[in-house]
Amino acid sequence: MPAPTKMISTRWDQADGHTLNGYLRTGGYEALRKALAMNPDAVVDEVKAANLAGRGGAGFPCGTKWSFLPKDIFPRYLVVNGDESEPGTYKDRLLMERDPHQLIEGVLIASWAIKAEQAFIYIRGEMPHAHERVAAALNEAYAAGYIGKNICGTDWSMDVVLHWGAGAYIVGEETALIESLEGNRGMPRLKPPFFPASKGLYMQPTVVNNVETLANLPWIISNGAAAFTSFGNEKNTGTRLFAVSGHVKNPGVFEVEFGTTTFRELFYDFCGGIREDRTVKAFIPGGGSAPWFFEEDLDTQLDAGVVGGKGSMLGSGAIVVMDDTTDMVKAAWRLVKFFAKESCGKCSPCREGTNWMEKIYRRILDGEGRPEDVALLLDVADNISPGLTWPPKQTTICPLGPSAAAGALVSSIRRFPVEYDHYIVHGRPIDGVSTGIYRPSLAPAS
Amino acid sequence: MTDTATTAPETPKKTTLTVTIDGVAMEANPGELLIAAAERTGTYIPRFCWHPRMKEVGMCRMCLVEVSGPRGMSLQPACMQPCAEGMVVDTKSAMVKKAQDGVLEFLLVNHPLDCPVCDKGGECPLQDQTLTFGPGESRFVEEKRHNEKPIPISDLVLLDRERCILCDRCTRFSKEVAGDPLIHFINRGNTTEVNTFPDDPFASYFSGNVVQICPVGALTASPYRFAARPWDLDQVESTCTSCAVGCRVVVQSSGDEITRLQGVDSDPVNWGWLCDKGRFDFEAVSSPSRLSAPLVRAARGAAPEKVSWSAAMTRIATALRTYQPSEIGFIGGARLTNEDQYAYVRLAKQVLRTDNVDAQLADGLTPDAWLGFPKATINDLATAGAIVLLGPDIKEELPVLFLRLRDAAVTKKVPVVEFAAAPTGVSPYAAESVRYRPGEVALAVKAVMAAAAGSSAERQIGGVEADSINAAGAILAKAIVSGKKVVVLLGRASMAEPDRAFVEAALAVSAASSDVVVLPAMRRANLHGALDMGMAPGLLPGRVTHGEGGAWFAAHWGAGPSNPGLDTAAMLEAAAAGTIKALVLLGADPVADFVDRDLAERGLMGAELVVAIDTLPNASNTHAHVMLPAAGFGEKSGTTTNLEGRVTVLSSKVSAPGTARPDWMIATELASMLGTDFGYETVGDITDDIAATVPTHAGATRAELRRPANADGIVVPVPTEASTPSADAADPSVEENAEPRPPSVAAPKPLRVRAVDGVVPQPDSYSLRLITGRVLYDQGSIVQASSSLAKLARPASVRLHSGEIERHAMHPGDVIRVVSQTGELALTIEVDDHLPRGVAFVPWNLADRGANTLINVGELAADGITKVRLESGRS
Repeated sequence: MPAPTKMISTRWDQADGHTLNGYLRTGGYEALRKALAMNPDAVVDEVKAANLAGRGGAGFPCGTKWSFLPKDIFPRYLVVNGDESEPGTYKDRLLMERDPHQLIEGVLIASWAIKAEQAFIYIRGEMPHAHERVAAALNEAYAAGYIGKNICGTDWSMDVVLHWGAGAYIVGEETALIESLEGNRGMPRLKPPFFPASKGLYMQPTVVNNVETLANLPWIISNGAAAFTSFGNEKNTGTRLFAVSGHVKNPGVFEVEFGTTTFRELFYDFCGGIREDRTVKAFIPGGGSAPWFFEEDLDTQLDAGVVGGKGSMLGSGAIVVMDDTTDMVKAAWRLVKFFAKESCGKCSPCREGTNWMEKIYRRILDGEGRPEDVALLLDVADNISPGLTWPPKQTTICPLGPSAAAGALVSSIRRFPVEYDHYIVHGRPIDGVSTGIYRPSLAPAS
Repeated sequence: MTDTATTAPETPKKTTLTVTIDGVAMEANPGELLIAAAERTGTYIPRFCWHPRMKEVGMCRMCLVEVSGPRGMSLQPACMQPCAEGMVVDTKSAMVKKAQDGVLEFLLVNHPLDCPVCDKGGECPLQDQTLTFGPGESRFVEEKRHNEKPIPISDLVLLDRERCILCDRCTRFSKEVAGDPLIHFINRGNTTEVNTFPDDPFASYFSGNVVQICPVGALTASPYRFAARPWDLDQVESTCTSCAVGCRVVVQSSGDEITRLQGVDSDPVNWGWLCDKGRFDFEAVSSPSRLSAPLVRAARGAAPEKVSWSAAMTRIATALRTYQPSEIGFIGGARLTNEDQYAYVRLAKQVLRTDNVDAQLADGLTPDAWLGFPKATINDLATAGAIVLLGPDIKEELPVLFLRLRDAAVTKKVPVVEFAAAPTGVSPYAAESVRYRPGEVALAVKAVMAAAAGSSAERQIGGVEADSINAAGAILAKAIVSGKKVVVLLGRASMAEPDRAFVEAALAVSAASSDVVVLPAMRRANLHGALDMGMAPGLLPGRVTHGEGGAWFAAHWGAGPSNPGLDTAAMLEAAAAGTIKALVLLGADPVADFVDRDLAERGLMGAELVVAIDTLPNASNTHAHVMLPAAGFGEKSGTTTNLEGRVTVLSSKVSAPGTARPDWMIATELASMLGTDFGYETVGDITDDIAATVPTHAGATRAELRRPANADGIVVPVPTEASTPSADAADPSVEENAEPRPPSVAAPKPLRVRAVDGVVPQPDSYSLRLITGRVLYDQGSIVQASSSLAKLARPASVRLHSGEIERHAMHPGDVIRVVSQTGELALTIEVDDHLPRGVAFVPWNLADRGANTLINVGELAADGITKVRLESGRS
């Protein structure tokens, strides 16, 4: 059994890990001092050498993202995406609640590297505890001179603004987050032309980084890129946090070496196996948006490229396990309902299409399905995401609607057509699957 | 992620790009959006959210087309895609067809399809595009979203949220164009809806535009709701005559009644927008109170009796024959067509030989100030180095000009320096608002110009703090050295101050640079035309004085008056004194509109014969011995001239009520009865006579105005190289009929602005200085005859700083007496802490008796200001 590899979750079990004292006692802010002694470009090079992939979902190399900033345009901003809302994801929450100074140190290192003098931390509205902890840590860091004027005695000054979101999944999308931060409705902007690197926050060059991505920076600066790349495999360096939920005995967030561990090891070794020692019927490998994996995929490595090659994504590291009693129609409905509810309302296909699909599902689950409904679901989905391929093509600005269409819906229909047919013919699920606690007809209309 | 930006090949500097649309190569301009370029070259890409006058949002996804990119062809919204060199576009592929089908099906999922009872049915982009691009039927069998059927979001506009497809047009318009962000998206996802904040209605002067640009029937305006079906409408393009901006409109009618006005996108003027007054005051056309037959009174105060036209005209002609030229006066005419005005000027100056003609009611500026400065166009606002506001609140008086000014200030970042004694609608967009003390505008402007020239102010001047003077001076200094134009919007900021103060101020700005140009902020629709046609004492048609143009017109008309006549104030004084015997009111209401109500009433009482030629009865008509019904807007054709000097076509669409007829016919017939045959058989004859006779209007012929290239009108004077119409467009018969121009007489020189001497007011400390300005919805006869607008006029009030209210031991809401040396008004106190202390603001025409009750022309001339006192209790 592979041992956990702790790089960024070292203070989670430390009672005072979230305080400045607890952080300093365990080597906190040493990496910042080291970075401030380096040329900013050297910091960028170090992060590039570490091949640190973004941990928010898309997996774009962090150093490369930074180097997209146009050379001479100032001010430029760092925006921290702490709007962690993907169904199944709760790793950034722990990073913010249990080790906020590590994040802040990462923010400072990144800001130094990209020559930003203002950073914004955007925290999801449903995470008041994370908000409190980060706010307290920021106050401590300001008081101790790690943020503000002449940081650590240098000529460099910068400020960090904390913003508490209002609870919209879409704001996890970087351009919608920027809109929200500017005080507008959280609705995505079209890329191009609004790539944050050139036209971001307040139309200035902006880097948007995920919490976990930034939390890796102190380790990389302290220990060097070479040490970082010794973990994981060639393309997946360092560690990753995986949030496992669903039908496992011991759900939680686990830090494992990136790219080498398999799903089977994660479920059976780290999570203690499937509840009641049942079998895996399906699992979501990378958050509610991702197409599903099944039993035969258990030995796949937690490697972004490999998972992507098999038609899904590792995404934000949110894994949801469904055992053999799970109603696959209802599971797909629950995810489609999430996207219908979280659609921002900007693009017609997503706004109307996700809602339409959800209503068809509800009708099927209520025993009112028609034989043509499965084909209809697929065609409505196809009008949101032409071709229903992965990664999804889109008739919309952002991938929210297309994920609802080409993710859970397609996976469950293609793999479990029998369960749909059974609902349509008999008005109830096939034998042996749980009817669960949801009665769709009682669910409030969205 | 930057790959899209870097793949465009580096090409040598080219002014156009080549884009291939559906296999056909075409030229596009750099930065031009694909959807616009395609439409320009004949390929219509369907759309709902995109509007050429607003920022693109890419929301509806209807304009998805396949566009070549680094990873091959992909679906992209054409409204967000700038054209790039070598771009290949497919607007008709199977993938595009499926996407468009899909988007339309999605838009219809929650759309009620109540087309049979929807006002938009028949002219609905959703309906039309579904027919052209959409699926034949919907597969949606679920329950649709339900909302309360139309909810009022303002006094004029209703919103049916079920029909809304959330295109963001109305919300963008209100925020981006009008600057009234009162409607928003609320909720999200499938429950997203447009709405107002609670208790904060969409009270915008521009609310009707959202109805016009709504691509479905979600927004409807109360005057048109269920009034007609689009296929029953007949329409003609015309010009709005509610104010002097001259917005292009389409006048639509059904069953010989005007049902709706829609804005036309005229690039130099209104960009498709209209104000609500202009859009909805057509209701006055079919008002039951319209004058529809000639009326005479046997004696003053007697009940009017209907008579035949011949009886009425004979009475007028007979009486006029008995008077000396100096005993006859003409007042008004600023809302008539150029042709009406020219005919009246010929009647007065050629036939009756009186120069007592004045289109203004002492509420404007002298003609030389309106016409004598180098002129600006509306488009100059957008490219100016600075805009100087030296006139009324243009949001209240010239609303669409306000939209263009706002665009210049907000989008083009042109700094606006506002000289205004009280806050205006422009104040939020002004780089500097110079708040002068009423009566001291010239001092303030001179101080700012001195600061612009390098001598900073060190103390308060004209009531303005030194900081404000120097800030305004710095903006103007920068604009002057930039070499760009400085556009002055010049007008009468307050009727409680004499006009010469504003002229003096404008002269001070004009003296600073030859790049200073003036856009007259004149309110009445065709005041420019009236002055061009010579409707002012001392003027002849073509912006010339008697001295300059006398010989020219003598050659055309025979000898006319040689001495300048009386202006309106002098005519009323003379009538009161008995030296003017006959007053002809041309759509004028001196009792309500002349600055000094008392003098207006005395003048009308003093005249032996008062003739009122008008469309609606008004306060002055009660003094009239003869009333002639005139055809109004939408009932007569001709031309009108906007504040830029742009001559555009007015079209008739419906019949005038009863026997009402166009003014030019009345003038022509009176002239004929008095022995002069003008030879006019149609209004077009006059248009061509003006083009042939009036030097400034050479080239503005019927034939030229009809050319599609001149759809936006012709700005006069026409530059000489363009003044000769092209051979193919010219109608030879028109040339033959035109009066030959006498070659022996040189064209007269145009008008110049005369210098004026101002007065610095020295009021006693017990008095407040009065400011009075117009508001869009007032007690004017047209607004009051438009049922939808009449109720929007607010109750009359006096606006005061709270400190002033306290000093008088009064309270907001109290009804108090505002007393001047000539009269008093009972008004409710309203707090306005944006006003300085020491002033009282009374809207011009809101009470039954307007602010002109308080103004005395003698006091204006002597003191340069109107002083008022506040007294408790009703009189």
